[in-house]
Amino acid sequence: MKLTICGGRLIDPAQNIDELIDIHLADGRVLALGQAPAGFNPERTIHAEGLVVTPGFIDIGAHLREPGPSYKGNLRSETKAALSGGYTTICCRPDTSPCIDSSAVAQQILDKAEVLSQAKVMPLGAMTQGLKGTHLSNMAGLQHTGCVAVTNMRQPVESTLVLRRCLEYASTFDLRVVFYPEDHWLKADGCANEGALASRLGLGGIPASAEAIGLARVLHLIETTGVKAHFGMLSTARAVEMIADAQTRGLPVTADVDMAHLIYTEAEINGYNSMFYVEPPLRTEADRDALRQGVKEGVLSVITSAHLPHEEAAKMAPFAASEPGMATLETTLSQGLTLVEDGLFTLPQLVERLTSGPAQALGLTAGSLATGQPADLCLFDPQAQWQVSHDTLFTAGENSPLMDQTVSGQVKYAIVDGKVAFERQ
Amino acid sequence: MTSMTDVHPIDPRNVQLTEDGKLRHFLSIGGLSKEILEEILDTADSFVNIGEKSVKKVPLLRGKTVVNLFFENSTRTRSTFELAAQRLSADVLNLDISKSATAKGETLMDTLQNLEAMGSDMFVIRHADSGAQHFIASQVTPDVAIINAGDGRHAHPTQAMLDMYTIRKHKGDFSKLKVAIVGDILHSRVARSQVQALNILGAEEVRLIGPKTLLPDNLAELGAKLYTRMEDGLKDVDVVIMLRLQKERMDGALLPSEGEFYRLYGLTSEKLNYARPDAIVMHPGPINRGVEIESVVADGPQSLILNQVSYGIAIRMAVMSMTVSGQMQQKNQQDQNNEEASA
Amino acid sequence: MTQITLPEVDQLIAQMAQQLKDHIARNGRDNIALVGIHSGGVWVAERLGTLLEHDEAMGMLDISFYRDDYTRVGLNPSVKPSSLPFDTEGRHVVLVDDVVMSGRTIRAAMNELFDYGRPESVTLVALLDLPGRELPIQPDICGQQLTLAPGQRIKLTGPDNLSLELQESP
Repeated sequence: MKLTICGGRLIDPAQNIDELIDIHLADGRVLALGQAPAGFNPERTIHAEGLVVTPGFIDIGAHLREPGPSYKGNLRSETKAALSGGYTTICCRPDTSPCIDSSAVAQQILDKAEVLSQAKVMPLGAMTQGLKGTHLSNMAGLQHTGCVAVTNMRQPVESTLVLRRCLEYASTFDLRVVFYPEDHWLKADGCANEGALASRLGLGGIPASAEAIGLARVLHLIETTGVKAHFGMLSTARAVEMIADAQTRGLPVTADVDMAHLIYTEAEINGYNSMFYVEPPLRTEADRDALRQGVKEGVLSVITSAHLPHEEAAKMAPFAASEPGMATLETTLSQGLTLVEDGLFTLPQLVERLTSGPAQALGLTAGSLATGQPADLCLFDPQAQWQVSHDTLFTAGENSPLMDQTVSGQVKYAIVDGKVAFERQ
Repeated sequence: MTSMTDVHPIDPRNVQLTEDGKLRHFLSIGGLSKEILEEILDTADSFVNIGEKSVKKVPLLRGKTVVNLFFENSTRTRSTFELAAQRLSADVLNLDISKSATAKGETLMDTLQNLEAMGSDMFVIRHADSGAQHFIASQVTPDVAIINAGDGRHAHPTQAMLDMYTIRKHKGDFSKLKVAIVGDILHSRVARSQVQALNILGAEEVRLIGPKTLLPDNLAELGAKLYTRMEDGLKDVDVVIMLRLQKERMDGALLPSEGEFYRLYGLTSEKLNYARPDAIVMHPGPINRGVEIESVVADGPQSLILNQVSYGIAIRMAVMSMTVSGQMQQKNQQDQNNEEASA
Repeated sequence: MTQITLPEVDQLIAQMAQQLKDHIARNGRDNIALVGIHSGGVWVAERLGTLLEHDEAMGMLDISFYRDDYTRVGLNPSVKPSSLPFDTEGRHVVLVDDVVMSGRTIRAAMNELFDYGRPESVTLVALLDLPGRELPIQPDICGQQLTLAPGQRIKLTGPDNLSLELQESP
């Protein structure tokens, strides 16, 4: 398949490109930028005037709900939602049911994703068996099958010795480890940011120090083991400082923040709105500002969706009894554009955090439109207004905090391996 | 002193009030005006001496059905609500629902929708999850008046209002009063509601006293001064409110022992001497003698613990009649609007 | 519209006091208990009590909790406690209100009265009797009968210097 996209504003942070320039794709790869090579005869030309053309977005840590309860979503619905949100690659969470702690489960997901041929799926594997935090998973096997990193999600590894061995073992294969730092015991039964608001609402608080302590424990072990680590969904100002400090000292660490924590603060849970029950909890304005600054400066080189789809009933319960998480794959771009609009960072910066940032963090061959790279692209109209609703969303998740609201910025095409995998009607 | 409602905006969807600002649910003290709190106290005033009549009833809620839904057991609290509803001539249905039966929100919703379909006019609800009643009022059964009989650590507004009633009746003007609340503040929905009510009603000073494991710093933002020593915290106060200490607080390393707690924070006649000589002593009950309070104090002349119980019925009658009234007005308003729209 | 001349309240009450005295004497009810309905009825009852040299404390009823239109208009936010500082059992109660029209207020008041006990008898005294009765209730003693034009309402103002005021409802 030969494809030309002409007239669009091409932003490729990996090559430092932001200009009106055509791009030509052939055999699933980027063939050329600008002038078409002599004799190139595209089968299709997409006229992208008014659209922004970028590498396809990459997400670290969306939940694709397969294997697992299908009423919360499945690979078909969620990889379609990914394309609709501009994502061509999803590094999905291992806390499925059963969890991705064996090559068999990983292979099952990869096979199905290939058949669906929607967004590419690159699983994160479980760091310990059953995510129980006691026995090493078959990391080499998981890596061989196609897992791009391992993680224990928010499940605790109680023994620091076991944790150290996990890191040593992963570093044997140069396998990256992803952490969602949190001290399990300080978190206790908390569900909201510890502070005056949670106190008034009578909700169990999770102190910011739970994140800092979890982070500090891992950072010390990274220092001694040299494992490449990525920290996901940071929520506190202190954590941003600690990551910046570790990076300054030359530790091989990257970090991300999810879009919700860049947009919202704990004030949203006033009135017990369970839609804003997320893990880690939404924090203070000062934390949000520090996270935004971290994204701007590159300490946080990745923005994730933290997509976690749920059926309606999961949220129809008293706050702490409801299930945490938001369905976000299809609105992360729109929310990011509001931050660009507000001048918090530039559009190329936003694109970088959604493309080359995550690619570098996990060492993926993706996230750039340099000649010869996989032809994964996202074409979006930054001005297009649309209403978030069950009719416009492809995710099975009914837990979008933006439900029934009108937002700006909509993906028009998603191209995977040179083929138009998604085209909005 | 700033109250918590100044620090954080109150819930914009304030589900407790009708469009004209009348009470239609009673979920928490936060978000209510001084006028509404005073209206509750005034209305309760007219119910207090109902016990003098040979027929201890008024026909106000005749034909209405009140359902007591207790997801946490509490025979004491439930009985006062039951009596209050009966004195208003309502029909009362008591349901004790164990937590296991409604471990999922879905079943909680099913239960409530069933009860609503049976034509209930009011749910009196106690639930272990903070905000449960709020969720029910805003999501499940908006046309049934919801009275919060205690939710998690969040609020116990009728208890707080009966305490305010007790204070007003025996001490008068709030603006001249220093009030101390002592004990397990961290887990106390009663304390949270009391602090809010005292702030809204304009108390001169609200103090919270306890060890730091049971007294998080951020509670100061509710509108209170924090003390860790009884002799400092009780100095010159007009009202001492003791909280109940749950036995399970010794687990989880919050307290070493009941004995040490009593020695430091138990209200003995000796410690009561730090307060003003005419200070009154209150306790939401049931009291643990020798843990929170010494028997001579609990039974002494300054104690109003028994008065609180009888005022509690009047307060619950007041809140019940006001919320049903608010619901009915809201309904009439909506009917009228619908009529106008269809005409 | 015909102009109504409003009666002098004190004059009416003096005349009612005399009638009440005769009524009591005629029926041999020397053991009366005065009960006023909040708020106008209480003012009228106070003056009757003075004129009759009745020195026992008077009862007051606020019938808000007994109204039959609670489900339509809701609770009166300025409800006052009722108080009967005497035992009504076996007493000849004189129930006083300012205006009797539909009769519903008197119905509510009698319901409340009976929740306090069983009086020997109840005598109804009203300052004004307006047409528009919806219940079989008639005052035993009445200051004056009055007919208002449509849209007019009458109101007793007090508690000092009682006077009647005509209001045009919009």
